Amino acid sequence: MNAWLQAVLWVLMILVVMLANGSLIIYMLRKVLGAAHLRIGPQELGPAGIFQLIPDIIKLLTKEDRHPNNSDRWLYILAPIIIFLPVLVAFGFLPFGYRMVAADINMGIMMMIAFIALVPLGVFAAGWASHNKYSLIGAIRSIAATITYEIPLLLSVIPVVIMAGSLNLSEIVLAQANSIWFVIPALPSAIIFLICAQMETNQAPFDMTEAEGELVAGFSTEYSAMRFGFIFLAEFAGNFVLAGLAVTLFLGGWTLPGVDPATMGILAPVVFVIKTYAVIFLFMMVRGNFSRFRIDRLAQMGWKRMIPFTLVWTIVFAIGYRAFQLWQPSLGSLLTSVFGGGG
Amino acid sequence: MFEQVVIASFIIVGAAFACIGLGLSWLLSPTKPTEGKGLTYECGVKPIGKPWIRFRPGYFVFAILYIIFDIKIIFLFPWAIATSYVITGWFIIIEMTIFATILLAGLAYAWKEGVLSWH
Repeated sequence: MNAWLQAVLWVLMILVVMLANGSLIIYMLRKVLGAAHLRIGPQELGPAGIFQLIPDIIKLLTKEDRHPNNSDRWLYILAPIIIFLPVLVAFGFLPFGYRMVAADINMGIMMMIAFIALVPLGVFAAGWASHNKYSLIGAIRSIAATITYEIPLLLSVIPVVIMAGSLNLSEIVLAQANSIWFVIPALPSAIIFLICAQMETNQAPFDMTEAEGELVAGFSTEYSAMRFGFIFLAEFAGNFVLAGLAVTLFLGGWTLPGVDPATMGILAPVVFVIKTYAVIFLFMMVRGNFSRFRIDRLAQMGWKRMIPFTLVWTIVFAIGYRAFQLWQPSLGSLLTSVFGGGG
Repeated sequence: MFEQVVIASFIIVGAAFACIGLGLSWLLSPTKPTEGKGLTYECGVKPIGKPWIRFRPGYFVFAILYIIFDIKIIFLFPWAIATSYVITGWFIIIEMTIFATILLAGLAYAWKEGVLSWH
């Protein structure tokens, strides 16, 4: 009983984080994209338009919600929940600090990516159930994008696993605190991971599933009111989850270089959130500055460039890492003899 | 055990939260159905033809290759854990190099045969 109570408290905490994150990202998105396009963004309600969110929520809650005729009724109702739930569960694996993680499981990375990979299923369900041509094209495209990015995404995680020797996200963070941030030895993996994260969260230049101007609103064309609200809440939460995963795997998670992880205390979540928003800012700048890919070009890029590259890079990295492990003592003594030692 | 409880409660509470949100919207929103509101959006005109048609997705072969590569990656994760221990030596790295070479050869063959271009 106690375990269930504790678990439910975790979920409620994560839900609060998710809602706060959604409202922060939508404001940030409007302002950052506005600045990128030389516009001002929201400015009417409150100072610099910070209260714009309140009428948005009221509108989402009180808008009339009609089903399209002939739609697959139950699938249409369930699709936003299918999109929303896996993202929420994926939140539970993110380490916000020392022991500040809801589900600290050994297979952390695998479980997290497995849950995130369920989202395109919901997107496909939404597009199919809407009984609209544009939605169906968006749904088909989401599957095409999934089979493109999933493999490089998983392959780019392998060097991190080799260095940390664990699939547990908390142990990966501590391994980085004991050595260096994994972005330094595995920079190509980090870049591939960020590109795949951009595809995973359906953001421009890879937003073919919604493609405003081509497909009206893609898979979410027939969705309005709170159903649309849940799809977008999941999308913003997905942003946070992918950026948080990038921070955890490559940028040292909640630790800071030169600071003992045990003494971080309440500072740890603050550091984690600041790093995560820095990565989200990077996503938004990419989103504001690149034009949309064509869907067949995306598949070509994935299969002819990213997959062979990440596969070869993973093997090269493993060879280099083993060489480093074996010759590290002699390397160290060489360095001490050259630079005169000291310690 | 606690972790499984957490994941289960994430799913249960999350579903409840979604139902509350959708229910609140259902309570607060007006319902005035007219004929036009049920039509699917198609640039302002009445929809022409059926949307649920059969067509060629164009990435059929990619999907098959995807399954092969995805299974391969499941092998890579335990290999990566083993590689992090120096006592496993060079042998497992040579092994994985051979495995990856075979896969890359397969990908190169598919590329040469032209299945990686979108029809």
